[in-house]
Amino acid sequence: MQRFIYADNAATTAISKPVLDEMMPYLTSEYGNASSLYDLGGRAKMAVNTARERVASAIGANANEIYFTGGGSESDNWAIKGIAEVMAKKGKKHIISTAFEHHAVLHPLEKLKKNGFEITLLPVHENGIIRLNELEAAIREDTALVTIMYANNEIGTVQPISEIGEICKKHGVIFHTDAVQAVGNLKIDVKAENIDLLSMSSHKFHGPKGVGALYIRRGLVIPNLIDGGAQERGRRAGTENTAGIVGMGKALELAVATMDERSKKLTAIRDRIMDGALKIERSRVNGDRASRLPGNVSLCFEGVEGESLLLMLDLKGVAASSGSACTSGSLDPSHVLLSLGLPHEIAHGSLRLSFSDDNTLEDADYILSVLPEIIERLRSMSPLWDRIKSEENN
Amino acid sequence: MYTEQVMEHFTNPRNVGEIVDADGVGEVGNAKCGDIMKIFLKIKDGIIEDVKFKTYGCASAIATSSIATEMIKGQPIEKAVELSNKAVVEALGGLPAHKIHCSVLAEQAIKAALRDYYEKQGIDPTPILGEPVHDCHDCEGCAH
Repeated sequence: MQRFIYADNAATTAISKPVLDEMMPYLTSEYGNASSLYDLGGRAKMAVNTARERVASAIGANANEIYFTGGGSESDNWAIKGIAEVMAKKGKKHIISTAFEHHAVLHPLEKLKKNGFEITLLPVHENGIIRLNELEAAIREDTALVTIMYANNEIGTVQPISEIGEICKKHGVIFHTDAVQAVGNLKIDVKAENIDLLSMSSHKFHGPKGVGALYIRRGLVIPNLIDGGAQERGRRAGTENTAGIVGMGKALELAVATMDERSKKLTAIRDRIMDGALKIERSRVNGDRASRLPGNVSLCFEGVEGESLLLMLDLKGVAASSGSACTSGSLDPSHVLLSLGLPHEIAHGSLRLSFSDDNTLEDADYILSVLPEIIERLRSMSPLWDRIKSEENN
Repeated sequence: MYTEQVMEHFTNPRNVGEIVDADGVGEVGNAKCGDIMKIFLKIKDGIIEDVKFKTYGCASAIATSSIATEMIKGQPIEKAVELSNKAVVEALGGLPAHKIHCSVLAEQAIKAALRDYYEKQGIDPTPILGEPVHDCHDCEGCAH
């Protein structure tokens, strides 16, 4: 049988066995509505609250600061649109973000721009990291919000979050971070890092899809995104997705408990791939080599187009991505890679490999054994590669 | 996402390479848009004796190049003149909507090679092939 290696864990992860086991009762016998008064409902409510405590303790928050949502995109939308609405009433209509946020942040910001907000997108430079002096210089009297992602979903670079939090606190500006890729992979302490709102998504750390959470610092009140019933203390309507929430709580508890060990293992896999891939002529690693998620490798190969590369890898049993899975229907190169200053023709040749607990160093070796021949094959039929080589010789 | 025919032509592309003493060479697309197709034609007595291609691009760009070269190889030159992107799409059993432009590129690449051939023969290609198309013309795929 052909080998299958799943190397797209930044897109989604598999639900782990202990997580599924924890969820199963709530998909079967424990089907009660957590808002119902009888015991079956009460047990569901207790399970939701246990999950809330687990999620809170994973990021240094209190349980009453965690609101379950339908996922990372909902959390981002709620945080940004909610803060915007509150602050607009105070005459503050300026938001600072970065050029390479996820679309769940960029698209709400574009909508706000149409409604009279001014948006400053900080450059992320060649290494994929913002400069703190540029952030501080961008803050104004009317700045309503700073929203900067914890770790980038495509290139894996990690921002100096506690320094950003410090600057925001100093200037009295609210700080939201899309931490969808970071939660479960990096140590997060919302209090120490002065984070006011934080978005997370369960399926990025071996939990189920369709469930996420927003941390909202106590004392901060934002209008609801979804109105209706009194779930989530009246702030997010909709019958609780009990099994999903339970799964998220368990998955995050496990991710935090095994973080140090996993981080070491993933860093070794990541570095082996980076070192091996860089031996291929005209290849590059995108984003800072050190300040990045343990399991993320982002590469570009000149003269090769990303989709062809992915499909060839798929034929060899390797599931990877060229950038974000969310934009794979698009023909334009990734806005993330362009934000690093890469020209279009290089950004088109991107490959993202993202690893989880389930991967091994042998996976890295296998990928490195098939990658060079695939690149070689695609380059042998590429007129762009011919041009690159002929320019090299002149 | 892709039909079996597309995957088959992508994994085993026909007619890849160059013809050193080609009678006509055409190149369309650009690196910025993410695809370049280059077609080489060998034409004798009005027949496309040989055709080769080199393509930088996605799987459907490679597959459309491959099938388009198969469709004109050994055929009278008129067949190549008439080849439409629609026929290329049909031969592949369809393409996703956002990949249709690859078939347009394949048609344009062959026309560009034919144009080069006619010009080398001292024949004005415009009455036969129409006005030449520019890079990114008809391409709705990206904003450039």
